[in-house]
Amino acid sequence: MTDRYGWPVYSVQPCLIRVRETYMKVRRTTPYFYVLPGLLLVFMIVYVPVFSNLIYSFFRLSSYSKEMSFVGLKNYVALFTDPVLLIIIKNNILYVVISLVVQVGFGTFLAILLESGLSGKANGVYRNVLFTPALMSLTAVGLLWQFIYTPKIGLLNSLLRFLGLESLQHVWLGESGLAMLSIIGMSQWQFTGYITILMVVAIQKIPEEYFEASRMAGANAFQRAIYITLPSVKEQLLVCSIITMIGAFKVFTEVYVTTGGGPGNSTHVLGTYLYQQAFLYDDLGMAAAVGMILLIVTLTISLIQLKMARTGEV
Amino acid sequence: MNVNTRTLKLKRLTSNRLKRNLQSLLLNLFMIMLMMIILLPFYWLVVNSFKTNHELFLNSLNIPETFQFQNYVDAWVQGLSSYYKNSLIVSVISMIFIIFFSSLTAYGISRFRFKGKNLIFLLILGGMMLSEQIALVPLFKMLTSMRIYNTYLALILPYVAFRIPFSTFLIRAYMLSIPSDMEDAAYIDGYNSWQVFRYIIIPLSKPILASCALVNLNFVWNEFVFALVFIEDSALMTIPIGLMAFKGQLRINYVVMLAGIIIATIPLIVVFSFLQKQFLRGLTSGAVKG
Repeated sequence: MTDRYGWPVYSVQPCLIRVRETYMKVRRTTPYFYVLPGLLLVFMIVYVPVFSNLIYSFFRLSSYSKEMSFVGLKNYVALFTDPVLLIIIKNNILYVVISLVVQVGFGTFLAILLESGLSGKANGVYRNVLFTPALMSLTAVGLLWQFIYTPKIGLLNSLLRFLGLESLQHVWLGESGLAMLSIIGMSQWQFTGYITILMVVAIQKIPEEYFEASRMAGANAFQRAIYITLPSVKEQLLVCSIITMIGAFKVFTEVYVTTGGGPGNSTHVLGTYLYQQAFLYDDLGMAAAVGMILLIVTLTISLIQLKMARTGEV
Repeated sequence: MNVNTRTLKLKRLTSNRLKRNLQSLLLNLFMIMLMMIILLPFYWLVVNSFKTNHELFLNSLNIPETFQFQNYVDAWVQGLSSYYKNSLIVSVISMIFIIFFSSLTAYGISRFRFKGKNLIFLLILGGMMLSEQIALVPLFKMLTSMRIYNTYLALILPYVAFRIPFSTFLIRAYMLSIPSDMEDAAYIDGYNSWQVFRYIIIPLSKPILASCALVNLNFVWNEFVFALVFIEDSALMTIPIGLMAFKGQLRINYVVMLAGIIIATIPLIVVFSFLQKQFLRGLTSGAVKG
């Protein structure tokens, strides 16, 4: 290709690569030396175990012996006929739904409020405070909230007593109807601010002219949020929804630290059930089968995200 | 402009400003209430960590009569110091290796053309979709048969491998934005690809490496599942598991436990407040929770 004076036209990239290929002492194999160590580690420690997990799910095996016996679909049959599975699925789905509404929904609402320019100088302080719980380890949060929910001396019941609302006091983590909601509530406290920060960053990237134009057209704050802010940040909204959903399906520590799945089996989730099968009942095959459910669910969510991002639906 | 329209405009302006001030006031009130809800648990935690158990049981909402700094000393001496040491060792070593391998991989992928590059990149990225729990049982078996179960290595190895995908993704995106003029000049001057990496790419990538290191520090410092399963010996436990063990050991010595929670939490809050910008960049450009 030539330009109108007859000189050859190079796009920038081929030109640079030509320079490099002429002068640099890079052999064909060199790039592999950079890439392979990382790839090998990921392959050996991430892919191989996930694949072995699939195989394990068809076997009966225990922690400290090398023996494995093939049992076909027996683990899956046992899993799907276990009445606890229903509780688990219900709990995980409850976790997902509440987290989406509170963390993503309310979290985004907070981000819009913070970026509305109305909160003034305290904005930075608000953001930092909102984010602080996300910095605590899950264990610390779990132990702290276990204290908060403690019947006699805990913060929640003490506060209710202080406000004269004795009738609302509960054994928060000890009542099977309330325990799961109490744990989920704790998670919302910890992670809503995290989503808010992610959304604030996205909102800050929207060109100021968009808002300027809508203000000229006489849109009020609510209309601006609906017609300008939300459509402009839908990509980030999708990312936040996805990580929240996957996080809620993978949840383990929050439950393990506070109730360990009890009272009864009322707070079991996939993660704690897997742990229980593997390391308390020493039934690694069954645990592997639980892991496969987790794999299929999280993989499906990730693939949906990929597909939506690629087809440009968001 | 006649007098009438001017006063009208003035009126509208003042009413607009009034409305805006009112909205601002309401919003700030709402935010302050929300802040109180978020901070109340922290306040309660700090206040009670300075009490005696007796005071705590009388009324957990009161302010302590005298501040029991001894609680913190007890928490530190009775176990947290050793968990701290373990967490420091595991986190620092993991972080170094995560950054090392990820920046190598990102350099290879972002700077060269080679056969199978896209496949390799996809494989590494795909690792982000696989969660730790799915690999838990086989990894446990693998680590036992490698005879590194219940050692620091049993944590470091999985941490490094599981964080490479995310970190590579983060660093690669940054490296792609570095213009290649300097590299080309360096190649002309006779640098080889390693020297280019070491003396040009790495120094230019420092901001993202810092962000990446912080995000991973946050992950490794707080990681629970692997630490719970791959370590048995309490002398090797990291802080998250140590706190659990600590609780079992203290039984009803609540105040020391509360002090322990604070000691375990402070480092990240301090690091965050000093390196907020880098930390947030890492968190927001990758957006992976926990």
